[in-house]
Amino acid sequence: MRFWLPEASSSAPEVDHLIIALVLISCAVLALVFGLILLYLFKYRAGSGIDRGALAEKTWRLETAWTVATLIAFFGLFIWGADLYVRLFQPPADAMKIYVIAKQWMWKVEHPGGQREIDAVHVPAGRPIQLIMTSEDVIHDFSVPAFRIKYDVLPGRYETLWFSADRPGTYHLFCTQLCGVGHAAMVGEIVVMAAPSYQKWLEQNDAGETLAAAGKTLFMRYGCSGCHGGNGVGGNESASTVRAPALAGLYGSPVSVADGRVVTADDRYIRDCILLPDTQRVASYSPVMPSFAGQIGEADLIAIIAYIKSLTPENPS
Amino acid sequence: MTMAVLEVGEERSSYLTDGVTLRSWLLTTDHKRIGLLYLGSITLFFFVGGAAAALVRYNLIVPEGMIASAETYNRLFTLHGVVMVWFFLIPAVPVTIGNFMVPLMLGARDLAFPKLNLFSWYLFIVGGAVTLYALFVGGVDTGWTFYTPLSSDYAKGHVVATVVGIFIAGFSSIATGLNFIVTIHRLRAPGMTWYRMPVFLWSLYATSVILVLATPVLAMTLLLLAFERIFHIGVFDPAVGGDPLLFQHLFWFYSHPAVYVMILPGFGVISEIIPAFSRKRLFGYAFVVWCSISIAVVSFLVWGHHMFVAGTSLYSALVFSILSYMVSVPSAIKVFNWIGTMHKGFIRFDAPMLYALGFIGLFTMGGLTGLFVAALGADVHLTQTYFVVAHFHYVMVGGMVSAFFAGLHYWWPKITGRMYPEMWGRGGALIIFIGFNLTFFPQFILGYLGMPRRYHAYPPEFQVLNVLSSAGATILAVGYLLPLAYLTWSLFRGDRAPANPWGATGLEWRTASPPPTENFVVTPEVTEPPYSYSPPEAIERHV
Repeated sequence: MRFWLPEASSSAPEVDHLIIALVLISCAVLALVFGLILLYLFKYRAGSGIDRGALAEKTWRLETAWTVATLIAFFGLFIWGADLYVRLFQPPADAMKIYVIAKQWMWKVEHPGGQREIDAVHVPAGRPIQLIMTSEDVIHDFSVPAFRIKYDVLPGRYETLWFSADRPGTYHLFCTQLCGVGHAAMVGEIVVMAAPSYQKWLEQNDAGETLAAAGKTLFMRYGCSGCHGGNGVGGNESASTVRAPALAGLYGSPVSVADGRVVTADDRYIRDCILLPDTQRVASYSPVMPSFAGQIGEADLIAIIAYIKSLTPENPS
Repeated sequence: MTMAVLEVGEERSSYLTDGVTLRSWLLTTDHKRIGLLYLGSITLFFFVGGAAAALVRYNLIVPEGMIASAETYNRLFTLHGVVMVWFFLIPAVPVTIGNFMVPLMLGARDLAFPKLNLFSWYLFIVGGAVTLYALFVGGVDTGWTFYTPLSSDYAKGHVVATVVGIFIAGFSSIATGLNFIVTIHRLRAPGMTWYRMPVFLWSLYATSVILVLATPVLAMTLLLLAFERIFHIGVFDPAVGGDPLLFQHLFWFYSHPAVYVMILPGFGVISEIIPAFSRKRLFGYAFVVWCSISIAVVSFLVWGHHMFVAGTSLYSALVFSILSYMVSVPSAIKVFNWIGTMHKGFIRFDAPMLYALGFIGLFTMGGLTGLFVAALGADVHLTQTYFVVAHFHYVMVGGMVSAFFAGLHYWWPKITGRMYPEMWGRGGALIIFIGFNLTFFPQFILGYLGMPRRYHAYPPEFQVLNVLSSAGATILAVGYLLPLAYLTWSLFRGDRAPANPWGATGLEWRTASPPPTENFVVTPEVTEPPYSYSPPEAIERHV
């Protein structure tokens, strides 16, 4: 047993500083409240003959004073907490992406290199990692106390979470959103490794093909290539039966959608386009794509997205 | 001028002696008797919920869990949450002390709608019976929050029956709230202006507004949940086209204001007791009153703070965080005003005052730890852990239950016509304060260390703190059983209570203990502001 928690991520010390500040403020307020109460209980107990003097009738000065003081203190805490929160959820652009699929009651993890694991995530130390998470059934929550982060994992959409683990070691992974009978068993470990041992781990767990390569096979099998072209080069009426947007270079670029908005084509956008193609259709294309909702499982979706991500205009395959 | 107060006499008739048959109790429209019917019912629910809590703490003594099955454990904490929230905490003060005291404090004969009042109790009992039936014949393992799609699609158990029970009991809340609002508007005694009303009545007024406005949202939400579970229409489950976050928004839109339904009446009780036992006017009366009203208003605007890591937008988190700080300012102001009231007072240490002081201490702890979870960056780490469990137990159990006991002891002579045994009362207050802190303080540390809520088994490094917490729970259990024992004893053997044992102001003390069925022989008239306490020489103590 222990009464401290390791600070194993780059943001953990910042969260701890805020919590320590809150503890100190709380102790000061408690000392004031308990101190005054105990003082008055003793000094003004019914039996004490102390002279009470004249009672103050006007109270608004004191009321204003402690209201304003409370407001200022609270506003300061709000700013501190809000600033930290915004940074906790802004991943660096170069973060390595790992996919997490939650289901009752396990964590399935897929690495870009094709490595797969259950209830464990191996990550290199000192490198920002972004998790792209979804659930196959109910709401779960990916929580790593040693990193001071958590976020709910919802069915039907992608949520993301990022961290940079700076200390090699093994840390608890908990599901912290009640997800049914096996909730307490939905635990795992985050293994943070120094670069050389991480490289060794990647090689030992080599699945033979990368996630993108697996995605390419699925891209053909589900018939995506029929319209979007063999290498995602896009279709036009002369080359195929329908006109479909090119997918090479799509990932991370701005897309003008039919309702006039411009959105960034991230994992969540591509997922929505596959499952609900009419909601964010690319402007100037007609709504002919069928929905694949219910036909492609979460794991296959991840592979297909990884494949689309791997397509660049210079290197379409 | 006629004497408004009857002399205490053995043979005098009171609401307790007018009719002794079961029928005269079950069909009564007397707010005082209905208050006692409620007191009996919520006491039962409190000990059912408490027994479940005891088993939860028992299970957590060892890391692998003392209770063999995770399913049983999940059902136990769900039962504990559902029963305690809807069948104890929300109704506790309003329907027992409130029901009894609102007409007496207003100088009225009864509530505005006495039959509706009785009907509310029947709704409450039917709702409670349905829920208890569902929880005992098989139970539910979704937690009291019923998050979708777990509750609508995946969970086994009697979800629909449980929410139907809560749905029915909700109408009891709405009817009670309506009754209080109309009564306070229409049935104030001559001279009882709004600013002469005791803070307890203001608190119940604010509480009633929340009950009337928020409870229908819960009713809708539970109905939609039942529809989705039975007919598989897509409202909350994304697999059938719904949105799981919609449920959380609707649920917390009710359930956060409901937190203030639980605590505001407690504020009211404390605001009566501190002046009475300090022999001083309440410090900053108007501030305390308007704090209650502003809490009621702002409480509707903070629900999103339950969802900082749930998948809502960054900007909504910022807005809900600052609003959460705003709603805690009036509570802080109240604490300062209670302390201001004690300043230069003549403070006595009877049991109601000790419970009230316990309330201030525990509520302050609960309020301060609320600042931790309102701070976004800290909430990410602390939410969904035992830190949150400890935080809301400090407010709801440490605060609210202490306030309930404070009020129960304070008005016990009025309600029953008997004094409770003073030394036992003081001992009970002390044991509850100590037992409570031993139970829940270790949970703050557990939460910081990362122990998640609702875990039937946990990693071994959390064991020491869990054992401490469970040990504290045994002391707390003794603390809660003590008042049950000595208050029951006092019903039969306690000293007869005079009309005004505390020398307190307020119309309820100007009639006999226990009051006659018609409350006041002559309608009282109010000629001065509340809490006009005189120096102690003028007080006649009861013993």
